[in-house]
Amino acid sequence: MKLPKPPVPPLPTALQPPPQRPGEGEKRGPLDHAKEAGISAVDWVDERTSLSGGLRWAMFRKVPKGTNWFYTLGSATMFAFLSQAVTGVFLAMYYRPDASGGAYESIRYITNEVFLGEFVRGMHKWGSTVMVVLIFLHMGRTFFFGAYKYPRELNWVIGAVLLILTMVMSFTGYLLPFDQRSYWATIVGVNINGTGPLVGPYLSDFLRGGAEFGATTLSRFYAIHMLLLPGAIAALIGAHLYLVAKLGTTAPPWLKANGDDRLNEDRV
Amino acid sequence: MSDPRKTPKSKYTADRAMPGAFEGETVTRRRFMTLTTHGAGAIAVSAFALPTLGFAAGSALFERPQVQWQTVGAPEDFPEDTYVPKVITEISGVGQVGKTTVYMRAHNERLDGPIPEGIPGGGEFIAISTRCMHLGCPVRYVEASARFICPCHGGVYDFTGAVSGGPPVRPLDRFFVRVQNGQVQVGPRYSVNSEFKRFEAYRDPGQPLDGIGQYLYPPRFSTPKLD
Repeated sequence: MKLPKPPVPPLPTALQPPPQRPGEGEKRGPLDHAKEAGISAVDWVDERTSLSGGLRWAMFRKVPKGTNWFYTLGSATMFAFLSQAVTGVFLAMYYRPDASGGAYESIRYITNEVFLGEFVRGMHKWGSTVMVVLIFLHMGRTFFFGAYKYPRELNWVIGAVLLILTMVMSFTGYLLPFDQRSYWATIVGVNINGTGPLVGPYLSDFLRGGAEFGATTLSRFYAIHMLLLPGAIAALIGAHLYLVAKLGTTAPPWLKANGDDRLNEDRV
Repeated sequence: MSDPRKTPKSKYTADRAMPGAFEGETVTRRRFMTLTTHGAGAIAVSAFALPTLGFAAGSALFERPQVQWQTVGAPEDFPEDTYVPKVITEISGVGQVGKTTVYMRAHNERLDGPIPEGIPGGGEFIAISTRCMHLGCPVRYVEASARFICPCHGGVYDFTGAVSGGPPVRPLDRFFVRVQNGQVQVGPRYSVNSEFKRFEAYRDPGQPLDGIGQYLYPPRFSTPKLD
C-alpha cells in the first residue's frame, strides 16, 4: 500500500532561486540549445544562401481548384527515375561490361550471390518498365487535360525529349545483361536504326562502334546508359520542374472558369 | 559642319557614335573585351568537346578492319546440292560473341548459272551468311524444304539465298571464298541485291539494294576493303 506523501515545506528564502531581473530573458540550459540545434543549423545555411525563398517559391504554390490524383503522375515518374538512378549506381558496383563472358557472369553473380542482389536488380529491371508506363500516363494526362497549351508548350517539348531519352535508356540498358535475349534484341534494334535513309548506316556504325557488333558495343552502351543519359535526364527534369513551378498547373478541363459569385452580374 | 582646320574624323569611327573613341576605332573596348571573353570560352570548350566527339565517332565510323581469310576445310568437303555449316570468327577477342555460322557449298552451275567473272578468290564455292536481311536474326538452313528460315519474323530464303517470303529486303549476304594450298578459306562479307549484283561494302540488314536503295543506304567507311 502506498502512503500519501506529506506536503513539502517551502524552501528557506536563502535557498530559493532569485527572482528574474527585469529585462533578463528566461534562463536557457544546454537542453534548450540542443532543441534548437536543427533550426539554428537551417538558419545558418539560409543566412548564407537564401535558399528558403527559392524553396518556398517552388513548394508553396497555389494550385487550381479541382487538382486531383492525376496530377501526381509526374512526381511518380520522377520517383521512378530516382529509384532507377539509385539502384543503377549500386548495380554498377558489381557489374562488369565485358563482352567475352564477364558481363553475363557479373549479372549472374549479382542475381544469385550478392545479398539482396536479386531484389536490387529486380527493382532496376521492373522499375524501368514502371517508369515508361508512368511517363505515358503522365503524357496522356497532360494531353487530355490540355496542359500542353500556351504557355506550357516548351514544357511539353522538354517532356517529349525526356520520353525519347528514356527510350534510349531502355534500349541501351537492355543489352547490359548480355544474354541471348539482350544480344539479339540489340542486333535487331541497331539494324532498325540503320534503316533510316542516308544517315542510318553511319548511325548504326556509331552505335556499334564499328561495322560489326563487338566488345566496344557493350562498353559504349554501358557508358551511354550510366553516364551520358542520366545526367541529361536529370538536367532536363530540373528544367521541366522549374517550368512547372514557374507557370503553375492547369485546372482540369471539366472545371468551369467561374468568377466570384458576388461579382456575377446575372446573379446579382 | 566639320572644322576645316582639324584633320577629318575617320568615317568609320564617326558614324558609330562611341563617346571618347580614339581615331580609327570601330569597336568599343567593352565590346572588344566581351567578344574576347566569349571567344576564349568557345575555344576552351571546343578544345575538349571536339576531340571527345571525334574520339567517340572517329574509329567507329572510319576504321577499316583487316581482310581476314579463315580456313574451313578441304574442297571435297563441300557438295553442290546441300549446305555444310562452318563457324568462323568475325570479331576476335570477344569469345563466342564474335563467331558466326556460314553455310557453305560448291558452286552449282544449274542453279547459280556460270561462275561470275572477276569475283575475288574465284567463285567455285559459295558461303552464305546466317544474318537475316530483315533485321539481323540468325537464319538456319532447313534441309527438308531446302530453305533458309529466320526464327524472328518469318523471313524465308530459297536455296540460293534469294528471298522467297517474309519481310527481308534482299538476299542473304555472302562471303568471298578462295582456295589456297588445297584449303578452302572464307574471307570478307559482301552484300548482293536481288539480281545478285555484288556490293563489297556490305550493308546492314534492313537496307534494300535494288534501285534507289543502293543510294539511300550508302556504303560505309568501316567495311574491309579488298585490294
